[in-house]
Amino acid sequence: MAEINKDRPVKISVQNLTKRFGDLLVLDNMTFDIHENEFVCVVGPTGCGKTTFLNCLTRIYHPTEGDLLIDGTPADPAKHNISFVFQEPSALPWLTVEENIAYGLKIKKLPKDQIEQRVNQILDLMGLQTFRKSYPGELSVSAEQRIIIGRSFAMQPDLLLMDEPYGQMDVKVRFYLEDEVIRLWKELGSTIIFIIHNIEEAVYLAERIIILSNKPANIKEELIIDLPRPRNIADPKFIEYRNYITDKIKWW
Amino acid sequence: MPLDTKHLEALQQQWKGKQRKDNIKYFMMGATGIFVFLLIWQLVVKSGLVNEKMLPAPTTILQTLLYKVNNKPPDGNVLLVNILASLQVALSGFFSAIIIGIPLGLFMGWWKYADRFIRPIFELIRPIPPIAWIPLVVVWMGIGLKAKALIIFFTAFVPCVINSYTGIKLTSQTLINVSKTFGAKNFEIFYKVGIPSALPMVFAGIRVALGNAWSTLVAAEMLAASAGLGYMIQLGRTVARPDIVIVGMVVIGAIGAVLSALLSSLEKYFLRWKSVR
Repeated sequence: MAEINKDRPVKISVQNLTKRFGDLLVLDNMTFDIHENEFVCVVGPTGCGKTTFLNCLTRIYHPTEGDLLIDGTPADPAKHNISFVFQEPSALPWLTVEENIAYGLKIKKLPKDQIEQRVNQILDLMGLQTFRKSYPGELSVSAEQRIIIGRSFAMQPDLLLMDEPYGQMDVKVRFYLEDEVIRLWKELGSTIIFIIHNIEEAVYLAERIIILSNKPANIKEELIIDLPRPRNIADPKFIEYRNYITDKIKWW
Repeated sequence: MPLDTKHLEALQQQWKGKQRKDNIKYFMMGATGIFVFLLIWQLVVKSGLVNEKMLPAPTTILQTLLYKVNNKPPDGNVLLVNILASLQVALSGFFSAIIIGIPLGLFMGWWKYADRFIRPIFELIRPIPPIAWIPLVVVWMGIGLKAKALIIFFTAFVPCVINSYTGIKLTSQTLINVSKTFGAKNFEIFYKVGIPSALPMVFAGIRVALGNAWSTLVAAEMLAASAGLGYMIQLGRTVARPDIVIVGMVVIGAIGAVLSALLSSLEKYFLRWKSVR
């Protein structure tokens, strides 16, 4: 399959992942690998179980069958570094910007100087230094989403999961924040699974796209996007990818 | 993004100035309202529309108030002694309600088993009016400070429990999930997410509790007391001195407002993160 992944070791291995709620089969026997520092986008029709899929990966739900291995051991939020950017704004409103970014690091009980150093790095990278003492409620919604993205990257996660974090923003802000994510991903070498609705954005971001089938969700196809960056959404090759994926998730 | 900080600061200064002006304006309006109310009262009494023996004029009340600052008759205590006695009763009941009620509510709201176990008892006790406890309390602990504080406790306890319970129940599941994916344990999530997110409701509960505590004071001091604002009011009735009764009422009102203002500034500090977007 993927030639681009030859030189990268497997970071995350999903094996026979199945999730049932009573009689309702939501995830059907999914198996795939994700390599270190890979950027994977997951697309699929609405209601196909994308969020359930993510919740299994973070252990908010426990899978009915199968497992998720990080570096060869079953994923455990207490042991591994998993970060999740949720669909809804999820900054803690009673903490300042810098405290929000340090939140996960404090739960992991990192040494103080290391927390400080990482928080400063993220504040610099995201241009939030001026607002470090502000509360999320004093900033705009897009700034709040940037805090959350910063908080996730600060963890230097083994696995960073993002669930439609820009759902509520307009196109301009979305592309701006997406460039930001690409920059952070390159700078910090994280492994990312990004769940996304918008196919254009998926092609813009991903190294590899996993296309899910309708419920019960299964992997319909995997697609390597080997376009150079920064990508041009008007490039004929880009449009070809976009149309191809759109065809694949059509269920009507 | 380069920010024009100078311009922003200038705008903020301007806004602050306007805010100050508005505050003075609103304060003046409030003061005028009170003044007009007192003026009408004075005119109604002095013009003979109302019998002055029944409703003394504001000026008479002011005289009595000033007199009570240094003189003991008719109730046997100077005003300050009455105030301190009442504060002691009300605040000891109020603080014990906070210390017991808030943790209990938070605890019930967070752990399902605690909820199932404690809630039925609580729901049975909750509708009983605090005054109905008086006879039982007298049998249990006589008529001392403890008895009176216990009655205040009952009135303040219920809002503390209910508000903390509801507040922590409303904790956003997303914020809980964020902490879970970072690997936080349930107890850690309880004090890092549950408690802060319940705080606004808890403060609303404390406010209701304070109001209840202070307004049940007169009833609690009916138990027999030798000092206190409620006692002063009772005695004023016995000796047919409406001015003493009204002085008691006014002082209770004023102290209630002061306590409420103190609570507001405390709330402002603890909920400083709560601003509108």
